[in-house]
Amino acid sequence: MISVQRNDFDQHLEYTNLLSHGKTGAIVTFVGCVRDFEGDDKSFILQHYPGMTESVLNKIEEEANRRWPLIASRIIHRIGALKLDEQIVFVGVSSAHRKDAFAACEYMIDILKTQAPFWKKQGGQWVEAKSSDLEAAKLWLKN
Amino acid sequence: MNHNVNILYFASLGERLGVAKEVFNINDEKVSVGELKNMLAQRGNDWKTQLLSPTLQCALNQTISDNTAELKDGDEIAFFPPVTGG
Repeated sequence: MISVQRNDFDQHLEYTNLLSHGKTGAIVTFVGCVRDFEGDDKSFILQHYPGMTESVLNKIEEEANRRWPLIASRIIHRIGALKLDEQIVFVGVSSAHRKDAFAACEYMIDILKTQAPFWKKQGGQWVEAKSSDLEAAKLWLKN
Repeated sequence: MNHNVNILYFASLGERLGVAKEVFNINDEKVSVGELKNMLAQRGNDWKTQLLSPTLQCALNQTISDNTAELKDGDEIAFFPPVTGG
């Protein structure tokens, strides 16, 4: 399940939703937060492409479920104005075994960072895409 | 062929060009994404630099597209810099 939303999410609630009675051996979650950046202007804004954002996140989740035997998966990405230390993105998976859970979670966030149409503006400056993010995504797409 | 396409400009691109969206009328037969970029690049130096940049991304009807895709009436084209979510 995926969500694009302004309001914050509750990690514990999301964890509980990933749990499947008797079947879950492993749950892996990732949260991306607003990290401090230079300058006195600490404004942080996330722009997105309504419609395409949701379809891309859905495709990423579907592909993760195709590659690994997952029981449940969840992606939440916030939009709008955020403050330092606030939660931006949640990626969580559950499966029978930890290897699948770790891999699927990392896959989803790595691919999201290079394909999902969001753009960060911090301190009045648009953030530039990093080549290290592109390299990480490429490794997954090779296989 | 006379058709209208909806063009969206996101993030730093939209800011630099001073436009978030527009309806663009195309009079030619068979116009590709690449040809649309060339048409828009005629508007001035900023447009030329931004639209012909090798890092510019494009989505046609909300799916990533290359320059060869052909446009039809009512299509939505979005131009944007490399994404920075997550």
